[in-house]
Amino acid sequence: MNEKITGAEALLKSLLAEGVELIFGYPGGAIIPVYDKLYDYTDRLKHILVRHEQGATHAAQGYARVTGRTGVVMVTSGPAATNVITGVSDAMLDSTPMVVIIGQVASSTLGTDAFQETDVVGITQPITKWAYQIRRPEDVAWAVARAFYIANNGRPGPVVLDFTKDAQTAMVEWNHSKCTYIRSYIPCPKINMADIERVAAMINAAQRPMIISGHGVMIAGAEKEMAAVAEKGDIPVVSTLLGLSTMPSDHRLYKGMLGMHGNIGPNVNTNRCDLLVAVGMRFDDRVTGDVDHYARQAKIVHIDIDSAEFDKNIKTDATIHADARDALEALLPLINHADRTRWVESFDRYAKIEREKVIDPEVFPTEGSLRMGEVVHKVSKAAGYKGVLVTDVGLNQMLSARYFHYAEPRSIITSGGLGTMGFGLPASIGAKMGAPERTVCFFTGDGGLQMTIQELGTIMEYGTAVKIILLNNNFLGNVRQWQALFFGGRFSQTPMVNPDFVAIANAYGIAAENVADRESLDGAIERMLSHDGAYLLNVNIDPEDMVFPMTPAGAPVDHVMLNATERLELD
Amino acid sequence: MDQQLYTVTVFSENQVGLLNQISIIYTRRGVNIESLTVSPSSIEGVHKFTITSWSDRTLMEKIVKQIEKRIDVLKAFLYTDDEIVYQEVALYKVPTLKLLDEEHLEDIIRHHSARILEITREYTVLEKTGHNDETEALFEELKRYGITQFVRSGRVAVTKSTVEYVTLFLEEQARRRAEGLI
Repeated sequence: MNEKITGAEALLKSLLAEGVELIFGYPGGAIIPVYDKLYDYTDRLKHILVRHEQGATHAAQGYARVTGRTGVVMVTSGPAATNVITGVSDAMLDSTPMVVIIGQVASSTLGTDAFQETDVVGITQPITKWAYQIRRPEDVAWAVARAFYIANNGRPGPVVLDFTKDAQTAMVEWNHSKCTYIRSYIPCPKINMADIERVAAMINAAQRPMIISGHGVMIAGAEKEMAAVAEKGDIPVVSTLLGLSTMPSDHRLYKGMLGMHGNIGPNVNTNRCDLLVAVGMRFDDRVTGDVDHYARQAKIVHIDIDSAEFDKNIKTDATIHADARDALEALLPLINHADRTRWVESFDRYAKIEREKVIDPEVFPTEGSLRMGEVVHKVSKAAGYKGVLVTDVGLNQMLSARYFHYAEPRSIITSGGLGTMGFGLPASIGAKMGAPERTVCFFTGDGGLQMTIQELGTIMEYGTAVKIILLNNNFLGNVRQWQALFFGGRFSQTPMVNPDFVAIANAYGIAAENVADRESLDGAIERMLSHDGAYLLNVNIDPEDMVFPMTPAGAPVDHVMLNATERLELD
Repeated sequence: MDQQLYTVTVFSENQVGLLNQISIIYTRRGVNIESLTVSPSSIEGVHKFTITSWSDRTLMEKIVKQIEKRIDVLKAFLYTDDEIVYQEVALYKVPTLKLLDEEHLEDIIRHHSARILEITREYTVLEKTGHNDETEALFEELKRYGITQFVRSGRVAVTKSTVEYVTLFLEEQARRRAEGLI
């Protein structure tokens, strides 16, 4: 018979049994018993004390996205629980495996509006894969095992465990066994060979097929299989925002990013191809634009592990309900060797227009203020094209996603679905902790940085060597862009009076400097990257810098603005 | 859009909070639940939800997929009325004295196949099972006696199909588990 331990200790033992090494958290009244026991476990379980619970969730997301492992968050009840909601919702939309342990008032006081009581399960059910209240210590091992199984099997997502205080202190015999089966849940469906054969035939018959590589390719670790299918069939590959880095930027068949601020070729050719093979993506409205004018000429094949995505936004002609790697592996032998040079090269003409009209002025300007694109390009290059990109949300996100160079998978961490300003700084901390050997380049704006700026304290405490590049235009730039283009230049509440960011960084013991002109940029980037530790580069950016190309919200995907005055002429 | 009454049946494990998980899927998409019944199913430990709502097929198919996506849901199905045998029960509370004044009470009860459940000096409770229009028809008929209370249950339904898909699903899962496929 096992010795009896508290529910709190059972939780820690179960976390260890699930292979957890790192917890991002913040203590409080309803979770004190667990933190008390954690005091004895710090040699085995590293706890990162963030400065705000939201930061814990984004840090766990950064860790999960860079490693593929489940991020773990631990916070108290009430306000801490509500503070994690943004991160939980973000993780749900971006399929990020995360287990969030939240303290709860004692079960005898549930429903009495007790101090710091909130209905955690009720609030989080719509934004989690699973939310469960642990009211008895006997349930700890079962619930934790189930939580990790659910969070990181099938389509990953967040799980919330709401842990009552009395269950933390009550005694239990702890027996942990890993969850490998839930009767009502099939995380990874078996390949249906008839579907595979059908899709292979469609690909072989297509003249102008195009593969969309989404986040699911990265989650499945299917980058090699996807490249093999593309190479064998000579099929161009385009990616979603979260699918960036599933194929190296300089691969012959890689043609760029889709979406509102994606590359012209992928967007225009969406409406030129005769077959669209979407892998591990969900036809988000930022990718499709007007769905009634989206790839109407093409047959649509959708490969996804989540069958609820089929026909949700775009009607499909064929589907493969499977893990992306399983599906691509099964497809590969059935794909004919083909030469589709003319089709592959059809992207070149749009790439040339984009280079001349958009990229050169943004990335290689010779006069005027510094531009975001040129800073991103220079940082990416100086980091040997091997860095991990972490972004905040807004112009900094779109421009860094566009101009960062991706050499290996899992090189972009960004808030795609929820578009959470303030995501970046804590996410970069988690990313660096998950991949300490990689250079983490975090691009942010003056708006987003200030939404979670307190996490500079976490960087200070743990010496997390994150490179922070603040693209500072003293504006909420993305909203400003819409105001400039669609709201008659009425800059309602978008100019910002900003603090001295270098002084703030310095106050946290973080090295920092201002860059105001082109001549000093290279040197500053060099100093930042060679500095042993975190660094903040506050770069003064042209306040009128915008991101192009742009497909306005709700417009057909091939209606492309090249800049504020020119539109792409379609032939 | 082809607005019509759809019936969704959901088979789930006996876990806390499933009703909320299912109902918010409707709420989020702006679909009103017309009726909802929760009961045990023919399979031990498996619960059955029967939910009706007015909507169009495209949206209902998405709702069913979202329901089935919940971890503790085994299977969810979408039906139109022609695919199921369904029933509702209605109770009518009517003042007894007024009913006694009625010459055709027997006719009404016979005609509607209604039953009397309880008679007191003050009130009489009638029961009628049937489809919505049938229970509605009796309601119209009894209106003139002054119905003091009326209640209609949610729809209960079984399929006309000869295949029991939930049973097959459970057998398949048991087989996969035995073979170590999961």
